[in-house]
Amino acid sequence: MSKKKEVVAIPESKVQSVLQEIMSGDPVRIALSILLGFFIGAIFMVVFNTQVVNAWSNFGADPGLAFSSVWWTIQDGYGALFTGSIFDTSAGNFLDGLRPLTETLRFAAPLIMAGLGVALTFRVGLFNIGATGQIMIGLAGATFVSTRLHMPAVIHMIVAVIAAVVAAAVWGMIVGILKARTGANEVIVTIMLNYVATALFTFCLRQPGLLLESNGGGTPKSDHPDPTAMLGSLFGTGFNLHYGVFLAVIAVAFYWWLMERSTFGFRFRMVGHNPSAARAAGIKVENTFVWALALSAGFAGLAAANQGLSLDGGLTTSIEAGIGFDAITVALLGGSRAGGVVMAGLLFGAFEAGSASMQVSGVSPEVLGVVKALIVLFIAAPPIIRAIYKLPKPKPKALEPTKQTAKVSK
Amino acid sequence: MSKIEVTPGMFSKVEIRPSLKTTITMAITGLVVLVAFGILGKSGDVMFVWSDTRESVQLPHWVVNSMGFCTVVGVLLLAMAAAAFFYRRANKKSPAWLVIIFGLFAIMALLGWLATGASQGVQMVFILSNTLVFAIPLIFGGMAGIMSERAGVVNIAIEGQLLTGAFVSSVVGTMTHNLYLGMVTAMIASAILSMVLASLAIKYLVDQIIIGVLLNVLVIGITNFLHSVWLNNDSSHLNFPGTFDRIAIPLLSDIPVLGQVLFNNRITVYLMFLIVPTLWYVLFKTKLGLRARAVGEHPLAADTVGINVGRTRFWWVTLGGMIAGLGGAALTIGNVGSFGREMSGGQGFIALAVVILGRWQPIYVTLSALLFGFTIVLRVWANQVSPGVPFDIITMVPYLVTLVAVAGFAGRVRAPAADGQPYTKE
Repeated sequence: MSKKKEVVAIPESKVQSVLQEIMSGDPVRIALSILLGFFIGAIFMVVFNTQVVNAWSNFGADPGLAFSSVWWTIQDGYGALFTGSIFDTSAGNFLDGLRPLTETLRFAAPLIMAGLGVALTFRVGLFNIGATGQIMIGLAGATFVSTRLHMPAVIHMIVAVIAAVVAAAVWGMIVGILKARTGANEVIVTIMLNYVATALFTFCLRQPGLLLESNGGGTPKSDHPDPTAMLGSLFGTGFNLHYGVFLAVIAVAFYWWLMERSTFGFRFRMVGHNPSAARAAGIKVENTFVWALALSAGFAGLAAANQGLSLDGGLTTSIEAGIGFDAITVALLGGSRAGGVVMAGLLFGAFEAGSASMQVSGVSPEVLGVVKALIVLFIAAPPIIRAIYKLPKPKPKALEPTKQTAKVSK
Repeated sequence: MSKIEVTPGMFSKVEIRPSLKTTITMAITGLVVLVAFGILGKSGDVMFVWSDTRESVQLPHWVVNSMGFCTVVGVLLLAMAAAAFFYRRANKKSPAWLVIIFGLFAIMALLGWLATGASQGVQMVFILSNTLVFAIPLIFGGMAGIMSERAGVVNIAIEGQLLTGAFVSSVVGTMTHNLYLGMVTAMIASAILSMVLASLAIKYLVDQIIIGVLLNVLVIGITNFLHSVWLNNDSSHLNFPGTFDRIAIPLLSDIPVLGQVLFNNRITVYLMFLIVPTLWYVLFKTKLGLRARAVGEHPLAADTVGINVGRTRFWWVTLGGMIAGLGGAALTIGNVGSFGREMSGGQGFIALAVVILGRWQPIYVTLSALLFGFTIVLRVWANQVSPGVPFDIITMVPYLVTLVAVAGFAGRVRAPAADGQPYTKE
């Protein structure tokens, strides 16, 4: 027995068939999942609201109040989510009212970029949990260029973005090489590398020769990035949206082209559908793993650049802000397609943006964490939603040959 | 048909030559200790403080010259590496005890080197007992991992199970003023979560890794929400359980050093002493364990001989979840005394690593969990005694060791063959 077979191997075929089902997910099922997620979230809000509980304990005295308190709690909560993430009805003019929408875009951009990275590996039949670590390493690259090197404006920014992408891609490549050479399970490898990367970034932030702020003390924190390297503000004062959102647009366009139009992406998808068939067709499956994981990490690197080059003040590890982990749920929710990931990223971005105004209106934004988890759980586990809504089991669809298949089969 | 004579050894013709990698790793470690800590080490004395001030029998402090001590240990380590080399020459694997003693010596050298010149010295009781306390949730999480993976279900949801256990034990323990009830309900709650995982993975064939990740996200979401809107409002009546009392076992707890470390503990630690050997025995010495392993290695064969694959997997995953719930309880009422936001902090993922490092075997898994527990202590302690040391690098070591193990560099690491594969009857 060769060593390759002895190491942990999660059978690709099963992952794919599930992923295919998630990807082929019809809009109805997705809509029902989102609806159900918000509904259960509303139950959580109501049950743990002291005013509602008080009103219901006096149900005999005033039944109307009991029902209206339920209604008002839900309206307050989700109303604040709306005004905090889409349109602020209390703003003076229409343009200022759109500020929440720009906040949603700002929060969505890194989620979309990192989510595309995870989505890419899903399409190849891999599972990259390592976006967290890849973002950390990307941050290290971006921070080094933006604080230690000095260049003219724009060029500096571009170099910093490239540094983040390359650093993250190299880090992701390690996973690919370990997977290809030794058969190590990428799930475990990426989890371990997340911790290593976080420790490595913290270590760099502590070293005066590397990233520690000048005159810095014991806390691991970097200098403020040079203004020349920063992603500038888009709409001036009052708005926080910066050019990072264009990075996201470029990333989405590139992802779509890569996966749907390029031969490279065709190989990726072929390995994802059936590695044995791909191997028989002459595709070097191991090399494909390496490239897929490197590219995937590159997307995480873009998210890192977005985070590292947009903040006022020095960087700490907290700038990662859980994006790497949320990216997994974004990719699952988005069905690993470019358009889907954008929609999922926007939804989660809206949740982030709406949190603050929910907090202000007295509703705990933590409920969104529950809603988020439930939505993705329902989408990833089709049997649950089918059982709840009594939907029929879908007939297995035959794979339609795409343009590339036709081209290759000639 | 002619009879085939079965002779002893005819099925074991393939000689597995023990890997040289263990020996090389040992030799390199020995050299590093000898050169970096010994010959080029820090001048000055190091004090080993063996006894805690509370103990009845006080061992004298032990003051040695740091360079001399590390040099001696380094030579001993190299001798052990040589012994391992001779074992390999004789085509034998180096015995486990040799590797363990080697590890302990290397750790002593590291501790001595770190604490050179520090006034408080190397506080052995403090280091060892905290190692054990930090390792407990990892050990229980690891046992949960073994139980589900041996039966063929990948359990990424250990993190969520630990968190559920921590939350429920704290809340129930506070509300009922009965910590034992808190512990039991934590186990039940965690088992229910595992049942969700098990039924989705086994009956509905949803991908095990995805469902595990999402259950973690869900538990983190729910506990964060409840923590902020419910527990924080009235934490003295909801989230203030206190901890189990320490139970000193008579006579045994009077043994110097080890008595304080091992036999003056909370009930969660004693349960660990009970559960780990029991699991080892059940898994490898009983019919029940054989069936579980059969289901995890070759479900089709197990099914053919009449074992219900789905049911076996379901109960092993559920019972594993129960033990993980106990690990969660150990986080709150077995250590800190109240529930904190996302307090498991990735320990469920470390438990996954521990399972691999310990090769799906309860005793080895416990030892690897202790290694991780030790690095947690080391991070805190090294910062106190020797502030200049880059302890971020020390933090990385166990993860790197796991990576090396997963990649198959350090001997054979083989998961149960059907680990993660759903089974459907044809």
